[in-house]
Amino acid sequence: MLKQHLIDPEICIRCNTCEATCTIGAITHDDNNYVVDSSICNACMDCVAPCPTGAIDNWFQVPAAFSLEEQFSWSELPPRPAEEAAPDALDEQAEALIAAAHAGAGGKARAPASASKPRVNLFNRAAPAMAKVVGNIRVTRAESGSDVHHIILDFGATAFPVLEGQSIGVTPPGAAEMRLYSISSARDGERPNTNNLALTVKRVEGGLASNYLCDLPIGATVPVTGPFGATFLMPDDSDTDLVMICTGTGAAPFRGFTERRRRLAQQGRGRLHLFFGARTPEELPYFGPLQKVPAALLDQHLCFSRVPEKPREYVQHRMLAEGPALAALLRKPSTHIYVCGLRGLEAGVEEALEAIGREHGIDWPGLRGQMREQGRYHVETY
Amino acid sequence: MPDGMNVDYDGLIPNNVGLAEDARVKKALETWHPGYIDWWKDMGPEGFQEALVYLRTAVSVDPKGWARFDYVKMPEYKWGILLAPKVENRLIGFGQHKGEPAWQEIPGEYRGMLRRLMVIQGDTEPASVEQQRHLGKTAPSLYDLRNLFQVNVEEGRHLWAMVYLLQKYLGKDGREEAEELLNRRSGNADSPRMLGAFNEATPDWVSFFMFTFFTDRDGKMQLEALAQSGFDPLSRTCRFMLTEEAHHMFVGETGVQRIIERTCEAMKAAGISDPTDVERIRALGVVDLPTLQRKMNLHFSLTLDLFGNEVSTNAANAYNAGMKGRYREDKIEDDHRLLDATYPVLRCIDGQIAQEAVPALSALNMRLRDDYVQDCQGGVNRWNKAIEKAGIQFRLTLPHVAFNRRIGEFSRLHADPEGRVIDAATFAANHDRWLPNADDNLYITGLMKPVDAAGAYAGWIAAPKVGIDNKPGHFEYVKIWN
Repeated sequence: MLKQHLIDPEICIRCNTCEATCTIGAITHDDNNYVVDSSICNACMDCVAPCPTGAIDNWFQVPAAFSLEEQFSWSELPPRPAEEAAPDALDEQAEALIAAAHAGAGGKARAPASASKPRVNLFNRAAPAMAKVVGNIRVTRAESGSDVHHIILDFGATAFPVLEGQSIGVTPPGAAEMRLYSISSARDGERPNTNNLALTVKRVEGGLASNYLCDLPIGATVPVTGPFGATFLMPDDSDTDLVMICTGTGAAPFRGFTERRRRLAQQGRGRLHLFFGARTPEELPYFGPLQKVPAALLDQHLCFSRVPEKPREYVQHRMLAEGPALAALLRKPSTHIYVCGLRGLEAGVEEALEAIGREHGIDWPGLRGQMREQGRYHVETY
Repeated sequence: MPDGMNVDYDGLIPNNVGLAEDARVKKALETWHPGYIDWWKDMGPEGFQEALVYLRTAVSVDPKGWARFDYVKMPEYKWGILLAPKVENRLIGFGQHKGEPAWQEIPGEYRGMLRRLMVIQGDTEPASVEQQRHLGKTAPSLYDLRNLFQVNVEEGRHLWAMVYLLQKYLGKDGREEAEELLNRRSGNADSPRMLGAFNEATPDWVSFFMFTFFTDRDGKMQLEALAQSGFDPLSRTCRFMLTEEAHHMFVGETGVQRIIERTCEAMKAAGISDPTDVERIRALGVVDLPTLQRKMNLHFSLTLDLFGNEVSTNAANAYNAGMKGRYREDKIEDDHRLLDATYPVLRCIDGQIAQEAVPALSALNMRLRDDYVQDCQGGVNRWNKAIEKAGIQFRLTLPHVAFNRRIGEFSRLHADPEGRVIDAATFAANHDRWLPNADDNLYITGLMKPVDAAGAYAGWIAAPKVGIDNKPGHFEYVKIWN
C-alpha cells in the first residue's frame, strides 16, 4: 500500500497556486485537471497551505498509484478507501512512537471536532529544520532530585508551524532512534508572534536524547523533525472545558493549552481543570509560574506524594475527592479529557473515573468510547 | 532558507523587506498608517469591526508559513509588506531590455509609466472593499461572512503592497499618490475610483460572487502580467499577491457554484424540470438560472472594459520597457520582443465585427483579455457540470466580447450576446432579457437575509463541500460579539 497525494477536481478551481508552489515539479495540469505525479511527490506539504480551496489535501491509501492519465480524466475523486484519520506522521519511527503513546485511549484516537488542522511531517530526518537554542533553564528546584529543563528552540527564518499538543522529533548525534518531545508552548510561540517553541525535558539517567537536550548551550543548533501528531490537540472552540491530568513532564502539552487559552483571554466560557501530580512541589515543573495563572482560567489541583509528614496524594485521589465536579464535567458534551505522563498514570485515572461514574450513574467505559470517537478523550503516555 | 522569507512582526508594520533598517520609508509608512486605519474604519466592513473573524494571516512568505488561521478583529489584522522571495540573478524576460539584469530601482525614464501602472493597480484594491462594505449585514452564513472579510483584509493588504512600492521607489510623488489612494471613494461623484467597474455598487451577494469571479479575475490577470516585470520589487510583490488572489477566485467560483447547486436541488425536489419556469422556481426561494445568466452577462462585459483599448500604444510601451509582460510570459515560447509578430484582434470595422492581424506589441491588451476569457470559460464549464449533474437542461454561456461594451472597439456598436451586430433600438428592447432587470434585482434583494447561526445557510445557497482550514460544518467562523 502507498499513500497517494490527490487533488479533488470537484473542489479545485485550477488557480495554479499549487503548481507554482511545487519546487520539484510534481504538480502538472491539462485543460481539465490539476494532478500530482506520485513518482515525484515527496509529501513535503509545501502546496497544502497555499491552496485556497482545500482541494489539494487528499491522501489515499492505495495498492497502486493512479496514473496521471487517470487523474486527468476525473471529474470527481474515485470512492475514498475505507475511512482513515489524518496521519500523525509520515515517518515510520515517529508514527510508531505516537501509536504506542496513544494506545492507552483504548482505540483509534481522533482530533477534537474544532481543532485546527495540524501540519505534520514538514521536516524529515533527511532534511530536518535547524533550530537554535535560545533558552535552556532548569524548572525544578536545584535541591530536588528531578532535573527538568525548559528549552526554547528558535527557528529563525524557517517556518515551523505547530499546534499545542503536537510533538517534535530529535535524534541525538550518533543515535539511530528518534525521540519525540511534546511542545510546551502555544502555537504562536513562547512569546506571542515569535518563531520559536518550548520543550519540557526531564533528564533521564543514561538517556541519550534527554541528556543531549538538557546539556545544550545557548546558541547551539539542533536538527528537528516534525511536527508530529494529529489527534492530541486542543479544541479551538473556547467554550469547551478541558480536564488535563498529568504527572511530571506530561504537563508539557497542558502548559501549551493553558497559554493558548490565556492569550485568548476574553473569549469563550470554557475552563481548564488541571490535575497535576509530582513527588514534591520542588519537583513539579513550573510550580512557580503556575501560581500566577488566574483561577478563572485554570482550576488547579496539584497533588504531592512525597511531602514529609503529609499523606501521599496521587492525582487519582484528588480526582475522587473532586468526584461531583468531575461528574458534572463528564455530563457536559463540550468536555475534553487529556491524560499525559508516565504509563503508570493510566490505570489510576481509569479507576478513578470508573468510580466517579459508578457513584453518579455514568457508564464510564461506554462514555469513554463515545468521547474517544468524538475526539474528546485523549491519552499520551510513555 | 534564503533571507527575506521571515516576517518581522515586532514593529508596527509586519514586513519581510527590512523596514526597520529603512528609516525613510518606515517613517513614510508610519505616517500613512493612521490614515489607512481611519479609512478602514470609515469604509471597511460596516458593523463588524469588533467581531472575531477566523482569518488567514501569512507569518512567512514560504509555503509552510503562508497560511496561519486564527480569530482576529479586523482592525487588528496584520497588514504588512510581503514580497515573494528574491530570485538571485533574475533577468528581464521580455522587451527591449530582455536578458539584462532585473532592476532593483526604477530607471529614470520609466518612472512615469510605472507610477501609472502601480496607482491604477493600487486604486482597485480599496475600491472593492468600499464596494462590498454593506454586504456583512446580509451574509448567507458565517462561512460566507468570513470569506468576505478575508477578501476585504487581503484587498487592504494589496493596497499596502502598492503603497510601499510608491513610497519606497517614487519618493515625494509616491507619497502623494499614496495619500490619494485613501482619498478617492468608489462611486463618489467628485472623487471616484479610477476604473469604471470599481465605481459600480456590489449591492447583494450574487453580485459579490460574480464580482469576485469576473472582476477579481481581471486583477489576477493584471497581477500575472506585472509579476513578469523587469522591475524586481514589483514582480516580487505581485507574485505574493497572486497567492492571495487565488482565494478571491475561489470565493467567486464556489459562491456561484453553490447557488447553482441549491437551485438545481430545489428544482428537482419540487419536480420542476424547465429552468425557464421562473415564477415557480422563485417561489422556492432560489435564484433561477436565467437570472444568473443575466448577472454573468453584466459582470463579464463590465470587466472586459477594464482591459482597455484592444489596440494600445501604452501597453506596447510598457512591454517594450520590460515593465508589464504577457500572462505567464515565462511559459510562452517566442522571442519575447514581438517586434515582427502579429496577433489577431477582433475589431469594429465599418460597423461590423471583423478579425484583423495587428502588430503583436499593440495588441497586448487584447491578448491578456483573450487569456482572461479562457480562464473564465474554465470556471463556467465547471458550473455547467453541476447543472448537467443535476440533470437540468440549461447551459450558462459567456456572452460575446462585443456585447454591452463601453470601452474599446465595441463601444461604437451594439451587439447581442451571440455577437450579432444590432441597432440601438433592438438592444434597448432586449435589455431586460440580457441584463439584470428591475424584477431580478428586486427578487435577489428580497432573498438577502442574514443567517448567523453557526453551520446554517440561507435557502438560496448550498453549504460548501469542505470548510475553511478543514473546519467541520458547524464551526463558528465569525464570533459576533455585541
